Amino acid sequence: MNLHAVRAIYGFEMSRTRRTLLQSIVSPVISTSLYFVVFGAAIGQRIPEIDGVSYGAFIVPGLIMLMLLTQSVSNASFGIYFPKFTGTIYEILSAPVSYFEVLLGYVGAAASKSIILGLIVLATAGLFVPLRIEHPVWMVTFLVLTAVTFSLLGFIIGVWADGFEKLQLVPLLIIMPLTFLGGTFYSLDALPPFWQYASLFNPVVYLVSGFRWSFYGVSDVSVAISFSTTLAFLALCIVVVWRIFATGYRLKT
Amino acid sequence: MESIISVSNVSKTYASGFEALKRIDLEIRRGEIFALLGPNGAGKTTLIGIVCGIVNRTAGSVTVARYDIDRDYRAARSLIGLVPQELTTDAFETVWDTVSFSRGLFGKPADPAHIEKVLRALSLWDKKDSRMMTLSGGMKRRVLIAKALSHEPRILFLDEPTAGVDVELRKDLWGVVRGLKEEGVTIILTTHYIEEAEEMADRIGVINRGELIVVEEKAALIRQLGKKRLTLELHERLEAVPPGLDRHHLTLSRDGRELVYTYDTQAQRTGITALLRDLSEAGIRFRDLATSQSSLEEIFVDLVRQGQ
Repeated sequence: MNLHAVRAIYGFEMSRTRRTLLQSIVSPVISTSLYFVVFGAAIGQRIPEIDGVSYGAFIVPGLIMLMLLTQSVSNASFGIYFPKFTGTIYEILSAPVSYFEVLLGYVGAAASKSIILGLIVLATAGLFVPLRIEHPVWMVTFLVLTAVTFSLLGFIIGVWADGFEKLQLVPLLIIMPLTFLGGTFYSLDALPPFWQYASLFNPVVYLVSGFRWSFYGVSDVSVAISFSTTLAFLALCIVVVWRIFATGYRLKT
Repeated sequence: MESIISVSNVSKTYASGFEALKRIDLEIRRGEIFALLGPNGAGKTTLIGIVCGIVNRTAGSVTVARYDIDRDYRAARSLIGLVPQELTTDAFETVWDTVSFSRGLFGKPADPAHIEKVLRALSLWDKKDSRMMTLSGGMKRRVLIAKALSHEPRILFLDEPTAGVDVELRKDLWGVVRGLKEEGVTIILTTHYIEEAEEMADRIGVINRGELIVVEEKAALIRQLGKKRLTLELHERLEAVPPGLDRHHLTLSRDGRELVYTYDTQAQRTGITALLRDLSEAGIRFRDLATSQSSLEEIFVDLVRQGQ
């Protein structure tokens, strides 16, 4: 195991976060605070409690998930796309590192950043609404699993993208809508039966539902299904990444 | 001499169908400076890319210090430092950080003393805290070399290292290369400045249209393929070469005061005796004569033309 290389890649990626502290950490925190002000305090006061949880508190797990998904995807996709764009990828490809070590560096850094952000958003939320976490171990498990899974997805997008437009395409056109329609701001019970059924095809529903259960003990779908869906998506991403490395797809000519 | 890189029957066809390399066989000897020459698009960078693991080959095999580059990629790659042709750098990183990053990436523990030594050797020490985007092109080139040397490679690939570089840096660079050779590092370089190959290399390979046309000791290449020129400074100006001397294929200088005879040093008969006799019979007298060897550049141009 080339631990020096893993540390080098991880450290390089994390130093990018430190360099761009304002855009990496401060801006997501501000945007999440705005969600709380608008949906939690302003509109939320007019919405009744959902499953015994105030609306402001209800949206916290969903908002953390929203942050986790978008940041994991954008951090990891940018992390691998940028060396491709500038050409510095030559160094990674010619180094004595295994695919697993490259992943550990890039995806590990992207997931770390998202987890840190998720925890910062959680702390920020605590300033606006009373929070309780009924299953802290599961909360951390969902947090880490989701961050890793979507960082892997981001890595795949970063390898696939051959321009900045494509880099933005998937997060903007797929991740964001799925997250908004994934029960971030509402319980599935609030939807008409058809849309409740349609929502079950949205993988984000399972993530948000499982994550919310770890906070308040209530969920739209069974926790076991949420957990296995997350694992299945993780496995799918691992298979795709493995194929990318095995074939050198869009990395090697 | 023992070979350190062994390229065997390597071919590369890109997805577009372009055949960049055609069954290349090449042995690089331990500790030598090997210059790979060839026109643009000849396949030099593709060949380097395959050995370094950046380009997938279509066929053939490559070993580095007897390590297969696929099976034992860790052992093989940890021996290699690569300075790419393009100035690819991380704009926002400092010189120190980016060079240290390369050392870590190649599996070596941090060694600030070594990084300092490399940066000083390349006159980069006073720029160590500068961000890459603030450096000139020549300085960036130095940083790329420092990155390649950061992990103490035993083999160094220099892909056109002096392209767009000023004379001072070029001299610095060749000083570093000579020092590395003395330490036993094997160096493979591609260059467009053939005089550099002529000055630095032990052996030369010429590649054209994906084929290795020739691989030879530099001196032997010049000796074997080189032509010599005999220049005769005439007593009296000539308007044209006299018809009686046609068989010698002489060229007359523009001012009519020099006759140039080109001959093959490897030929059994150089034809000089016959030429001098014919000149005497034609009544052409000369006041001085000089011979000169053709340069590597002329040999290179000839080889490439023959291949086209």
